[in-house]
Amino acid sequence: TRECLLTNAHAHTNISQAARQKNSDTFSCGLYTWRWKCSSAVTPRITSHYTICPRDKDPRWEGVEMERFADEADVVIVGGGPAGLSAAIRLKQLANEQEKELRVCLVEKASQIGAHTLSGACLEPSALNELFSDWKERGAPLNTPVTEDVFSLLTKKYRIPVPMLPGLPMNNHGNYIVRLGHFVRWLGEQAEELGVEIYPGYAAAEVLFHEDGSVKGIATNDVGIAKDGSPKDVFERGMELHAKVTLFGEGCHGHLAKQLYRQFNLRENCEPQTYAIGLKEVWLIDEKKWRPGRVEHSVGWPLNRNTYGGSFLYHLNEGEPLVALGVVVGLDYTNPYLSPFREFQRWKHHPFIAKTLEGGNRIAYGARALNEGGYQCLPKVTFPGGMLIGCSPGFMNVPKIKGTHTAMKSGMLAAEAIFPKVTAKDLASETAGLHVPEYEDNLKKSWIWKELYSVRNIRPSFHSYFGLYGGMVYTGVFYWILRGKEPWTLKHAGLDSAQLRPAKECTAIEYPKPDGKLSFDLLSSVALSGTNHEGDQPPHLTLKDDSVPVANNLAIYDGPEQRFCPAGVYEYVPLETGEGMRLQINAQNCVHCKTCDIKDPSQNINWVVPEGSGGPAYNGM
Amino acid sequence: MSPASVFVCLSLTLLSDYPVIRVKPDHSGVVTDGVKHSMNPFCEIAVEEAVKLKEKKFIKEVVAVSCGPTQVTETIRTALAMGCDRGIHVEVSGKDYEAMGPLQIAKIFAALAKKEEASLVILGKQAIDDDCNQTGQMTAALLDWPQGTFASEVTIDGEKVKVVREIDGGLETIKISMPAVLTADLRLNTPRYATLPNIMKAKKKKIANMKPADLGVDMVSRVEVLRVDEPPTRLAGVKVETVDDLVAKLKANGTI
Repeated sequence: TRECLLTNAHAHTNISQAARQKNSDTFSCGLYTWRWKCSSAVTPRITSHYTICPRDKDPRWEGVEMERFADEADVVIVGGGPAGLSAAIRLKQLANEQEKELRVCLVEKASQIGAHTLSGACLEPSALNELFSDWKERGAPLNTPVTEDVFSLLTKKYRIPVPMLPGLPMNNHGNYIVRLGHFVRWLGEQAEELGVEIYPGYAAAEVLFHEDGSVKGIATNDVGIAKDGSPKDVFERGMELHAKVTLFGEGCHGHLAKQLYRQFNLRENCEPQTYAIGLKEVWLIDEKKWRPGRVEHSVGWPLNRNTYGGSFLYHLNEGEPLVALGVVVGLDYTNPYLSPFREFQRWKHHPFIAKTLEGGNRIAYGARALNEGGYQCLPKVTFPGGMLIGCSPGFMNVPKIKGTHTAMKSGMLAAEAIFPKVTAKDLASETAGLHVPEYEDNLKKSWIWKELYSVRNIRPSFHSYFGLYGGMVYTGVFYWILRGKEPWTLKHAGLDSAQLRPAKECTAIEYPKPDGKLSFDLLSSVALSGTNHEGDQPPHLTLKDDSVPVANNLAIYDGPEQRFCPAGVYEYVPLETGEGMRLQINAQNCVHCKTCDIKDPSQNINWVVPEGSGGPAYNGM
Repeated sequence: MSPASVFVCLSLTLLSDYPVIRVKPDHSGVVTDGVKHSMNPFCEIAVEEAVKLKEKKFIKEVVAVSCGPTQVTETIRTALAMGCDRGIHVEVSGKDYEAMGPLQIAKIFAALAKKEEASLVILGKQAIDDDCNQTGQMTAALLDWPQGTFASEVTIDGEKVKVVREIDGGLETIKISMPAVLTADLRLNTPRYATLPNIMKAKKKKIANMKPADLGVDMVSRVEVLRVDEPPTRLAGVKVETVDDLVAKLKANGTI
């Protein structure tokens, strides 16, 4: 990539990106002056998204119509997952019961409801029973009650069984193995029947604010911007959806939520959230090996005792011999050479797992970040004009590895708190956007709070020298016996992105080559996720500073993003001319897992939403 | 006589480019449950062309038509959001839908075009799930109308349509009289996005419902699918060092 020193009489003094790539289609000279803060090295331009390169000063956008069409609803919900849909359903149930009019609009970035949903999953039907007591008659796809529950501690070759005593958080009696994508799709159908306006394929890209700082609603993504950031012929502005209250149910580490935390200082009294990445595959196995209703969990190999993580393998009962399996790796790991994807692939070779998969066929793959922080990391969830629901603030019960029931319940509590206020005759509110602090009060009185409080110390108990074993002992003693009533609250280790040690202090991990039968390479796995994006759009993995990846991530940590991204988005490739490397972002591969935004040691990557409909095409994941 | 209405005939396809398709265990077809379906990309181009013609005032009304189960109304709504005036949904579901092929669809479109006195019928050149490339041509034959297929440029000139067609040898320009059938190829235009405000407005536009029987169309298929299989996995190639090795290997496996 050749660099051009570009100067212009109307010099911009923004410190912006460096040289244009020589193969840019709309190459136009003389636009920007740039200065380097740090090195004099040449960095090819990577980021062109308007959140980093503002359009108001960009001459290519002069004269482009930027007016947005706006519409009003009573409640707008961002995200069509369990939390968002449960909130929408509950709102409409209340509206129909009390014969009140209520316009509820839900926007979802996936092309269809359920296409971006990924989870194990063992569903605890508690929240569902509250939402629809007749869910069975309505055809909810809970087809696989759990029949056996197996827990193992794996070593490289062997397996130590761990008794699954009743009362342990992992015990699954009464739960159902579900394909969460199908369950969410069913919830979507119920919501539409109740009159919720659902708009899949439209991503909420921007939060809108009233003059007084309260949330006014959201704006959906613009379409028709070329890869270099210029407008195409088909450019269209997104639309504004205004509401009295906006619910943000973006799931784990939502990009709008990230903004809202800063805007309203919602995290000042809680610990920074800590996460894990979950990778999952669905296999069609040999019928002889199929045990429908069987739940298997393991800890131990291939992760060492100081890397939090474990695996799951669930036998579904939906006509075909399908199993859902995967590995979860805590993102507070310290070795930059660790690759969660490759840990997952090599775990499948363990004799206990391999015997189930041998002779089978892999039919799906995907990945997503999940919350591990629990009680200690719960932020303030209400602010003027809006609130956070579901995995976005993070109600996952980590030792149970279940978050769907609490996400649904949080959505329902939000709906119940909002409804009286939003249908009240006179909207008595200090701020233009409604503030509903009752939601947070209701949360604290509900079973979500009790549940999260009782398991709050299990995850942090892994942080001692004894790592995994310390954690298991702690769970056995304090949770099983004392039910979390101990008076202390352990702390987490801090920001996940700050946990990586420099590469030179760590040893590289030798991963086995994929054998093509049980384990596979990254690119064929990504193909199975069905992910795709419109190619000609700015990469949605934006970098605040394009020079940081090579200067910091590669230099100190040997480019961990090449390893933690489960979709092969980040690659360090040699520069076309001269020496050195550059970061190549293959944005089209992205499966929207959010791991890069979480784990980047420089916190330079800011994941923003791409054009709606892009992303994975999960079917019942 | 200026053209009154244009029919755009849409197909709802399995978006076979990116989601994962697998063969049903009984080999009777592919698994379609839960797989992403949307408007066939060539039909999007057809809709765009029809809307463009309306914007240039060559035609008065664009009607979007599609055959299939209820899912298909979403596709018609998208077409309405792109600028069509009204929609017609011909309900075909269950066994009839699984057996539905280009001939049945062509019969339906032909019957509708006659009934509504359309001047132009525009379709995508082929559906990306079956790649048949037959519906447009069959529709024209049933109606006994001229056809301009693989169109990469369409110009209306009075009572005639000038069509530039993409053919194996290059580009062919023909002039055909209306009423006519056109099928859209990739380079005809770049379809506009169906923006959210337009989707919301499209909810108010009319979609009429009818059944093939209402049009007097017999849906019986004369084609029976015997078996569907995945393509065989590609075998690894063998590299040899010299020409002698190559000849030896070819002799060894009986090729020469």
